[in-house]
Amino acid sequence: MSSSASAPTTTGAGFGRAMLTRLLTGSQGPLIGLVLLGIVFSVTSDVFLSPRNFLNVIDQVTVLGILALGMTGVIIIGGIDLSVGSILAVSCMVFGWLPQDYGVPYLPAAILALIAGGLCGLVNGLLITRAKLPPFIATLTVMSVARGLASLTTGGEQVVGYPNWFTRLATVRHLGFLSITVAMFILLALAGWVFLRYRATGRSLYAIGGNPEVARLAGIKVQRLTVWVYVASGVLAGLAGLVLSARLDSSQPSAGLGYELDAIAAVVIGGASLSGGIGGVGGTVVGVLIIGVLHNGLNLVGVSPFIQQVIIGCVIAAAVTIDKFRRREA
Amino acid sequence: MAAAVVEQSLAASRQAEGRAVRLSVTGAGKAYAGTTVLQGVDLTVREGEVVALLGENGAGKSTLSSIIAGLVRPDAGSMVWEGQPYAPTSPGDALAHGIGLIHQEMRLLPDLTIAENVFVGRLPMTGGRIDREQMRSRASEQLRRLGLDISPDTPVRRLRVAAQQQVEIAKALTLKARLLILDEPTAALGGDETDRLFTQIEALKREGYSFIYISHRLEEIARIADRIVVLRDGQRVAEHQTAQVPVSVLLRDMVGRNIDRLFPHVAAPRPREVLRVEGLRSATGAFSDISFAVRDGEIFGIAGIVGAGRTELVRSIAGADPLAAGTITLDGAVLRLTGPADAIGAGIVLVPEDRKGQGVLLEHSVGDNLALGNMDRLGGHGWIDPAKIRDFGTRMMERLGVKGRVGQQARYLSGGNQQKVVIARWVAREPKVFILDEPTRGIDVGARAAIYEVIAELAGSGMAVVVVSSDLEEVLGLAHRVMVLARGRQMGILDRADATNLAVMALATA
Repeated sequence: MSSSASAPTTTGAGFGRAMLTRLLTGSQGPLIGLVLLGIVFSVTSDVFLSPRNFLNVIDQVTVLGILALGMTGVIIIGGIDLSVGSILAVSCMVFGWLPQDYGVPYLPAAILALIAGGLCGLVNGLLITRAKLPPFIATLTVMSVARGLASLTTGGEQVVGYPNWFTRLATVRHLGFLSITVAMFILLALAGWVFLRYRATGRSLYAIGGNPEVARLAGIKVQRLTVWVYVASGVLAGLAGLVLSARLDSSQPSAGLGYELDAIAAVVIGGASLSGGIGGVGGTVVGVLIIGVLHNGLNLVGVSPFIQQVIIGCVIAAAVTIDKFRRREA
Repeated sequence: MAAAVVEQSLAASRQAEGRAVRLSVTGAGKAYAGTTVLQGVDLTVREGEVVALLGENGAGKSTLSSIIAGLVRPDAGSMVWEGQPYAPTSPGDALAHGIGLIHQEMRLLPDLTIAENVFVGRLPMTGGRIDREQMRSRASEQLRRLGLDISPDTPVRRLRVAAQQQVEIAKALTLKARLLILDEPTAALGGDETDRLFTQIEALKREGYSFIYISHRLEEIARIADRIVVLRDGQRVAEHQTAQVPVSVLLRDMVGRNIDRLFPHVAAPRPREVLRVEGLRSATGAFSDISFAVRDGEIFGIAGIVGAGRTELVRSIAGADPLAAGTITLDGAVLRLTGPADAIGAGIVLVPEDRKGQGVLLEHSVGDNLALGNMDRLGGHGWIDPAKIRDFGTRMMERLGVKGRVGQQARYLSGGNQQKVVIARWVAREPKVFILDEPTRGIDVGARAAIYEVIAELAGSGMAVVVVSSDLEEVLGLAHRVMVLARGRQMGILDRADATNLAVMALATA
C-alpha cells in the first residue's frame, strides 16, 4: 500500500503550533519557565538580578528543596507524602527538647531527630505496604499524629537559642557564597540525581510508579522499596527540620505547617506525574527554584502575600496543564 | 453433504440480500499523525445478520468499529444508518441512534449494581426522584432475555468477566440498540461461556438485531458469521458472502501471503527433568493436589476452561501468589519462593496473561521495558549504564523481531509486539523454566506464528516451557503433553498423540 498518497500535509500553522508546543512542553519546559520568570523580575525589579539576592533565594529554598527531594521519590513510585511538614516539626522539637529538658548534647540530639524522622517514614511505609492503606490516608494519619507529638514534647512551647556552631551551619557563607546547609542540599540533589539515573534501585522506582504489578512480576521487591522510599522521605524531612532550626535559631511545634503542599507543588511543577512513573531530581530542583524565585521576586516587586498565593496556585495549574498537553502530544 | 452446506449458505445469503440495509459505510478513511490506518473502506450491515470483521492487529478493524460507534471521527467517507445520513459525534450519540459497542475491555462501574450500570447517565426519574423500581424491572427483563439468572441489585464487581460482558449487552439492548458491535467478545471467555454467547447472538439475530463481530478466532467466525469482511493495512481486501470459507483462504487474505503451517516443528524433549511440582495447593483455594514434571526441551501445555485455576497455578509456580502446600523442585533442588524475585533468581520466569496490566509498562520506553528484570546485568554492583540499556534493547528487539523503536513508548506498539517485548525480557536471562500464560491472546496471526517460533526455539535450547492457553488449537499444536484442569483439580495429563480436541474438552468439562 502506498503511504505517500495519504501522507498528511503539514500546514504552516500546524508547524508553528508544533514548534510552540515543543518549546513549551519539551523536558526543558520548567527550565524555560524559570528563565522567563528570571527575565521578568530582572526587568521589574532592580534588586532581583544581584548575587546577594540570588544567594538569598538559594538560602530560602533549602528547606523546601530537601523536602522536595524526598517527595520526588515518593511521587515517582506513585505515592504521596502529606506528613513531611509534621515530620519536620517532630525533628525540630526533638532537637530542641532533648538538650533543653534532658541535657542531651546537640550532636546526638541531631542524630536522634533524623532517626525520629526516619521512624515516622517507616510508619508511613508500613501502613501503606502492610495495612494496605492508600498513601494519601496513611500519610494523612501520620501528619496528624506527628504534629501532635511535636507539640507534646514541650507542651507546645518553642525552644530558642542554639549553640553558635549550629546556627553558623546555615548562616555563614564559606568562600563568600556557600553555607554548609546549601552545600548539603546541592550534594543531596546530586546524589539523588545519580541514584535515580544510574542505580538499578533508582530506576526500579520508575517501574513501580508505572505499574507496581508489572514491577513485582519482573522481580522488583516492590513492598520493600516502597517502605525505603517513605523512610528516606522521613529522614530528609527530619534533616529539613534541622536546617530550619539552624536558620531560625529556634524550634517551634508549628514549624513546617503546610510545607508538604509546597513540596508536592515543586515536584509537580518540575514535571513529575502524580500518577507515578515520571519525574526526576532535575525537574524538582527547577520546580523548587520556580517557587523560590516567585516568592522572592513578587516580594521585591511589592506584591502582597495573599496575591502571591493566588499566583502560585495558578502556576501549579499551568504547569500541570502544560504537562498533560505534552503527554498527549508525545 | 458439503454441497448441501454450500446450498444452504447460498440460500441464506440470498435471503440476506433481500433484507433491509441497516448501515452502510462508504469510503471510510482515517489517518493518525501521518499514518493511514483506514482507507476507502466500504461496509454494509443488514437487518438480522452477523458481519465478521477479520484482520490482523493494525488492519483497521478497531478504527472502523470506533468510527461506526462514534468514538473516532473519520477523515473521509460517509455513513447511512436506517436510511438517514449518519455522523455520530460521541458514543452516546451513536447509542441514541441505536448502535452500541461492546468493548473488549469492560467499561462498567465496578461498585454500582447491574441495574445502575445499565441505566447510568440516563436514570429513569419519577417526580424528581430516581425510579428504582422501574430501573430494576427493566434491567431484569433484559437479563432474563439473555438467559441470565442474576439479581439486578448485584454489584458488578462481584460478577465474572463473562457475566460483566452480558451486562454490557443487556445495557445496549435496554437502550434499544439495533446494531451491536462486539470487539473480541470471547477473548476472556471459556468454551461454555462462548457457546452461551453464541446462542444469545443467534436468538437476537432472529429478532432482527444486527451484529458486527470482531475476532481473531477463525473457528468462531465460521460458527457465527453470515458474511466475512477482511481488512488488511487499513483496506478492505476481501468479502465472503458466507462463513464457510477455508481457513487457508482467510489466512491468506489477512496476511497477504500463504501461511502453510502456523505451528513450528518442536524437537523431542530430552530425558533430564528440569521442573517438578508435587501436591501444590493454592492459599486461596484456586487449585489443589497438582503434581507434574517438565523435562529439558519439553513444552508442557495446560488446558481448561476459564476459572479452572490455570493462571493461579502458574502464578504460584512463578512466586507471584502464595502456596498453602506442596513443593517445587528445580534441577533437583527444592525452592522456597517468597515472591517473583525468588523465582526469577532461581530461573523460573512468567509471561503473564494480562499483557497490559501485568506485562509491560505502557508509559515507559521499549528499552526500559526490556531492561526491567535485567537490571542486574546492565552494569554491575547495582549501577546502570544508560548506553547499555539502549544497546541491550536494540539487540533484544532484533532477536525477537519487535517492530518499533527502542525509545518509543510501549503503549504505541501493537499487542503482538508488546508481547514479544515481555518475552524478550525473559529470553535474555536464559531461564530454566519459561512459563507463558495465554501467550497469543488478542494477537494477530502473523505475530502468533512468530511467537510460536520463539516458544519452539526456547524449548530447543534446553528450557522447560509451560504454556497455558484457552485456545485449544494452540495447546495441541505446540505441546508435547497437555495437562487438563477443571475446577482447580488436575483431570489428567495427555500425550500429544492422545490429545485431541475431544479428549481435552471431555476432561475439561468433566
